[in-house]
Amino acid sequence: MMSVLPYLVAVWIFLTGCYGIVTSRNLIHAVGCLAVCQSATYVLLLAVGYRDGGTAPVFSDVEPGSRPVVDPVVQALALTDVVVGATVTALLLALVIQVSKRHGTVDPDELSELRG
Amino acid sequence: MTRRVRRWVLAVGGAGLAALLVAACPALPPFGGATHPYGDRVVHESLARQTANTIASVNFDQRAFDTLGELGILFASVIGTVVLLRQTRDERRAAPEPAAVSLPVRRYALIVLPVALLTGLYVVAHGQLSPGGGFQGGVVAATALHLLYLGADYRALENVRPIGLYEVGDALAASGYLVTGFAGLLGGTAFLANTLLPYGTFNTLASGGTVPLLNAAIGMEVACAVVVLLARFLDQAVEIEKESGS
Amino acid sequence: MNHLLPLLVAAPLLGAALLVAGGRRLPRAVAEPVGCVVSAGTAALAIVLLLNSSPPLVEWVGGWAPKDGESVGIVLVGDGPGLGMAALASLLTLAALVYSWRYFDEPPRRHAGSFPALMLLFQTGMCGFAVAGDLFDAFVFFELMSVVAYALTGHRVEEAKAVQGALTFGVVNSLGAYAMLLGIALLYARTGELAMVKIGRGLDAHGGPDALTLAAFVLVLTGLLVKAAAVPFHFWLPDAHAVAPTPVCMLLSGVLVEMGAYGVWRVYGTVFDGPGGIPAADVERALVVLGVLTGLVGAVMCWYQRHIKRLLAYSTVAHMGLFVIGIGSLTPEADDGTALYILGHAGVKAALFACTGILLDRYGSVDEHALYGRARSLRGVAVLFVLGALGLAGLPPFGTGLGKAVTEEAVGGPLSVVFVVVSAVTAGAVLRVAAHVFLGAGPEPRDVSAYETTGIREEPETRHRLSRVPDTMTVVPALLLAGSLAVGAVPGVARLVGHAVSEAGSGGAFTSPHWTPAGVLLGLLSTVLALGLAALAVSRPEPFGEQPWTEPLRRLQSGHIGDYVAWTLAGATLLGALALPGILS
Repeated sequence: MMSVLPYLVAVWIFLTGCYGIVTSRNLIHAVGCLAVCQSATYVLLLAVGYRDGGTAPVFSDVEPGSRPVVDPVVQALALTDVVVGATVTALLLALVIQVSKRHGTVDPDELSELRG
Repeated sequence: MTRRVRRWVLAVGGAGLAALLVAACPALPPFGGATHPYGDRVVHESLARQTANTIASVNFDQRAFDTLGELGILFASVIGTVVLLRQTRDERRAAPEPAAVSLPVRRYALIVLPVALLTGLYVVAHGQLSPGGGFQGGVVAATALHLLYLGADYRALENVRPIGLYEVGDALAASGYLVTGFAGLLGGTAFLANTLLPYGTFNTLASGGTVPLLNAAIGMEVACAVVVLLARFLDQAVEIEKESGS
Repeated sequence: MNHLLPLLVAAPLLGAALLVAGGRRLPRAVAEPVGCVVSAGTAALAIVLLLNSSPPLVEWVGGWAPKDGESVGIVLVGDGPGLGMAALASLLTLAALVYSWRYFDEPPRRHAGSFPALMLLFQTGMCGFAVAGDLFDAFVFFELMSVVAYALTGHRVEEAKAVQGALTFGVVNSLGAYAMLLGIALLYARTGELAMVKIGRGLDAHGGPDALTLAAFVLVLTGLLVKAAAVPFHFWLPDAHAVAPTPVCMLLSGVLVEMGAYGVWRVYGTVFDGPGGIPAADVERALVVLGVLTGLVGAVMCWYQRHIKRLLAYSTVAHMGLFVIGIGSLTPEADDGTALYILGHAGVKAALFACTGILLDRYGSVDEHALYGRARSLRGVAVLFVLGALGLAGLPPFGTGLGKAVTEEAVGGPLSVVFVVVSAVTAGAVLRVAAHVFLGAGPEPRDVSAYETTGIREEPETRHRLSRVPDTMTVVPALLLAGSLAVGAVPGVARLVGHAVSEAGSGGAFTSPHWTPAGVLLGLLSTVLALGLAALAVSRPEPFGEQPWTEPLRRLQSGHIGDYVAWTLAGATLLGALALPGILS
């Protein structure tokens, strides 16, 4: 069970985020839920790169070869992913601010400009 | 769609996707496994180029092209936010009101500010040696400035933060990254090749060839970008209001 | 030559950085030419590389060429289709920049360089995605082009529709991108590689496909199909394309969405097509079913629009369905046809959007009913608009016609009926608009539906309403149409495209797409049907107007983010179910 639990956690986080966006009554909350979906990708990436007993792959105070280290590739990918997530969230929140100004609401149920 | 239909679609779609993903989990290699071929190669190459922080080696040397794209994303979102949160025709700018700040908060903020700023710069400078680097340090340094907003008021922050300069700094840092890349191409090998500078002595500030340069460019870009992004949002909250005054 | 591949990304990015570095002192009269020059330079580079792409260029960025077959670096692949998409994206960016020359309203104060800078970043993202040979690198540039697209779509922040459409676009596409990243993580877990070709080999080495392969396939394709606007991932597209500024629409409909289809072709062909991937029959089933659904839904919804940009957006959805069918057929001939179709469609669709932009800036409306008979004086624009509509129908010798004919022949049978119907209905809708707006033909259309988006009271994108149409705004669509015509009419082009596509594909058998009598007849048939439909709709509005049976379909397009995300999940499930049989056996 332990060997798949971290992967299941990632799946759970992703689906929770999706549920949040679909049922959201507030666009700020929906953007937050999108960030939750993204956290699933961090968890999955880091879980995939873990090595039993591994430490951080930084050799300033670890003698190379003395201990196992976790996979540095997924760490770098997760870092990229974090930056992507933060910037997308900033941009979407900027749009939410404008939606709230132009429509006078942030409830997705009350936005009716685009349909049909 | 009515809320009920939406929930049904969600239930069917979510259940299907959940089943698919859960079925895939047991087929993944067990958590904590020892097989990481790419990771092992990365560690090997990173040590060969005297870069102690292998993640910095991935970000600024082995997969530096990804970081270039990432820099583009950050840069685009800064321009995008500047465009989206501009002052529109029906809005005006109100001078921010000075606000009273309780003395302990003010003292705390002013003491912590230089410490936080220095920490940020330290984290950037040691990117190729210890955990951290341009991204992490840049964020710390940029948010440190905003302690002025908490400790004094918005005008004090605006005085140390001429936004135009930070926008230019953002663009220059991005250009710096690109110019380093072009230098690799003109220096005879390939775009973004880390072959121009000596790799130095392992575990010292000058190790890793161009890694510290690219790392510094990203540090500057992130710091400037975060300052500009926060400024746009703070402007909306503090300064920009509707023409009619409501 | 291969060392120049990264410059497709670096050059426009540097241009954008310099435009922003110029900052507040940079006047508009400098910023716009700089943007055009950088964009044109990149386009020239893409074309030069394209002409040298046989055999395909391969570049390991940073000089990390493989040692003993293993590398830690990022590989860029400059083959015909990749560089072709990069060249198309670059040329369209240039066209959009020239189209918006000096006219585009209100860059944010003291930020004259921001619009051209964003366009250059858009070009950066598309070029980077087109030449990516590494799956994670593809994701990064996929995100770059998406992020820029969200910002550009919401550019007119004073329009309530624009900001809502941009937000919907952003949320749905970001979710798709995260799904794609989950899929990449699954593939990395199995194979320990990120280069697409290596992942493919890793899957094959592991043995037959299993649940993990299927999950990775579904997740990665969900991200790409959201971008490609396949039903039921398509809802964001009409909302976004109808509200974006016109020059941005030209890029979104002309090439951004097609990048999604290109991504499907690239990822399937390099990652999932081996014995360890997804069996061909299952991929074909999944893509053809989604493609047919997309084509039909897009065509029906296109017919019932009155907001002209939204109508064109649905026609893009419908044509994406045809492209997905073409790619899903998995034959070299269908790939050739689809490539030609995408090239021809880009020119035609961008030209149609450009003409619609003129209407918006002249009359402050993009509503078919409100514009009834008002554009009689714009004869030149009318000619361009009608030519665009005929190109959409696939009239020989337009590139769309050749692409459609070659693909129809490759897919054969009932699927070619879908091609004829979809192109006829969408082109018919555009011709109906032309008859109403430019001729004032037939009785004046009346408002009937309560559940629709109108195009009245839109803010022009120019500073003032245009009294005279600037030359740049008419020259650009004319050149775009000429380009689309050249794809079909200049004999060498089709051969080159066919050669490039088959060299990059796994087949190896060289094909030479060309006009056949049957293809010409089917193209003429679509055109005649389109003309007939338009004529009937104009002369007898009743039987061709609002129908009760379309009501549920229209109600699905609710503008609600929650609905769209729920459908995205349902779409992923559908994709999984369609591709499941191969895993079970």
